[in-house]
Amino acid sequence: MTANIKEFPGTPLSEQDFAEGNILFNYDELRGHFAWDTGIAIGRYLAALKEGIILGARCTTCRKIVVPPRIVCEWCFRPMHEYIPLQDTGTVNTFSLCYVTWDVKRIEEPEIPAVIEIDGASPLHGIMHMLGEVDPPKVHIGMRVQAVWKPAEEREGAVTDILYFRPLQEV
Amino acid sequence: MSMRKVAVVGAGMTKFVRRAQETAKELSWQAAHMALESCEMTMDDIEAVCLGTAPDSFDGIHMNGEYLSDGAGAWRKPFMRSYVGGGTGVFVPIQGWYHVASGLFDVVLVVAEEKMSSYYPHAQAAFLTIFDHTTERPLKPNLLWIFALEMNRYMSTYGIRKEDIALVSVQHKRNAADHPCALLGDPNITVEDVLNSETLAWPVQRYDVSPVSDGAVALVLAAEHVTKRVTDKPVWIEGVGWNLDTAHWTNRDLAYPRYVEYAARQAYEMAGIKEPRKEIHIAEPYDPFDYKALHHLEGLQLADRGQAAQLYVDGVAARDGDMPVCPSGGLLGVGNPIAAAGLMKIAELFWQLRGEAGERQVPGQPKRGLAQAWGDLMQVGTVVIMGR
Ligand SMILES: [Zn+2]
Repeated sequence: MTANIKEFPGTPLSEQDFAEGNILFNYDELRGHFAWDTGIAIGRYLAALKEGIILGARCTTCRKIVVPPRIVCEWCFRPMHEYIPLQDTGTVNTFSLCYVTWDVKRIEEPEIPAVIEIDGASPLHGIMHMLGEVDPPKVHIGMRVQAVWKPAEEREGAVTDILYFRPLQEV
Repeated sequence: MSMRKVAVVGAGMTKFVRRAQETAKELSWQAAHMALESCEMTMDDIEAVCLGTAPDSFDGIHMNGEYLSDGAGAWRKPFMRSYVGGGTGVFVPIQGWYHVASGLFDVVLVVAEEKMSSYYPHAQAAFLTIFDHTTERPLKPNLLWIFALEMNRYMSTYGIRKEDIALVSVQHKRNAADHPCALLGDPNITVEDVLNSETLAWPVQRYDVSPVSDGAVALVLAAEHVTKRVTDKPVWIEGVGWNLDTAHWTNRDLAYPRYVEYAARQAYEMAGIKEPRKEIHIAEPYDPFDYKALHHLEGLQLADRGQAAQLYVDGVAARDGDMPVCPSGGLLGVGNPIAAAGLMKIAELFWQLRGEAGERQVPGQPKRGLAQAWGDLMQVGTVVIMGR
């Protein structure tokens, strides 16, 4: 049928049509304010971060150790009530060198988001966080890293209590 | 299972554009109207309407499905909106299929629409809300991260080169040059153009990414006895499948989409397909990013793990190859108005299998095709297999 149709509907506009007022439009801002309670498992996770500890949870049925902790094992659909302190070290599972912000502004120095497999959790179990104190071209998958924490008195029970992960200086 | 046969009997679509003057309702109507005209039906023939549209946050309208319903022709009819993120465009025909297969309705209109341009200045920022508000959003993530992180893991696990992945973008954008609705068709684009494009979030560069777009697509689905009355070229829905992985995306294997495999196996079993690489003649895997087409071809069992790029290198994936991939031009070339983009793939199979795809026609009278989409929180696979 596409073969038989000469003209498809749909009228393209350009950014200029807005800028120059060639069309009418309505501009508005929606503002939403939320206060999310942290729940049970993530509440424990954040409280532990405040103490400088990355907390996981263990399923007593399949013995998987996940991070962040949760109250149910997705694999077994059984309760997970055992919280386990993990190491604050890990391995870079993957990373990016990102030159745009969340709202598409260009930046010169890249942000380096990564998935970091946390030592003590099951294989391939990681968290998303940032890398820092590292020359971007030197970042690689498999790199060993360690959390850099905010000073204890400044921590507030948030994922940002870890400032970033930096390359681990093994002793 | 005793299910009735269901065919696609009509299809329509709008142009995919960066910004459409038409509202979301108007785009929905244009596509729906065209689909009805294509099979000489009117709204009186339609018993129920299935609508697909992705995040409400693009439109800034809560209950966007209901808001669009008049444009989609849902007035005084059973109406249902489905939403599985990027997977929606290939899920909404599945929903239409079970409406008819179940025996509940004989003729169903399926409409997929997306208007991404209203979110200002760029739809990308609307994606912030898909990240977990407590464990991820404080890091100010951006949607590109997900793809960049997954692409890097995929490349590193199998040792795939960026220049081979760039071939996907080149082929799809070249194919799209023959699509009358395409936003980014380019018959002359080269691998160098892709590799030299702006680095957004390494390894993702600008031409690795599909464009934000506005557009709509619609289909008419019918039960067998109606199909026989309205067309002598029915295209049957032979298999469907869908599957979800964990929402904890940092706790799973990013190099391989197991949920796509499960969705595909469900669809292959229903269609009686034992050897998909021989029995699927056209593949339309979901390609919002070039590496995603490869990732998905592997999940679909149409290539071995880490080997999908070879299909492009060897010409197998070309329009005149042994298994053409995205002859439509895909999301990379035609455009990515999310839900509409997935349904565009189904419309493409409909036209290809009827031999009506014009400049894009795959040679050799293909008999069977597969379309797939991906989405939700980076975790859903949706698959439809069609044949004649
Ligand atoms: Zn378990």
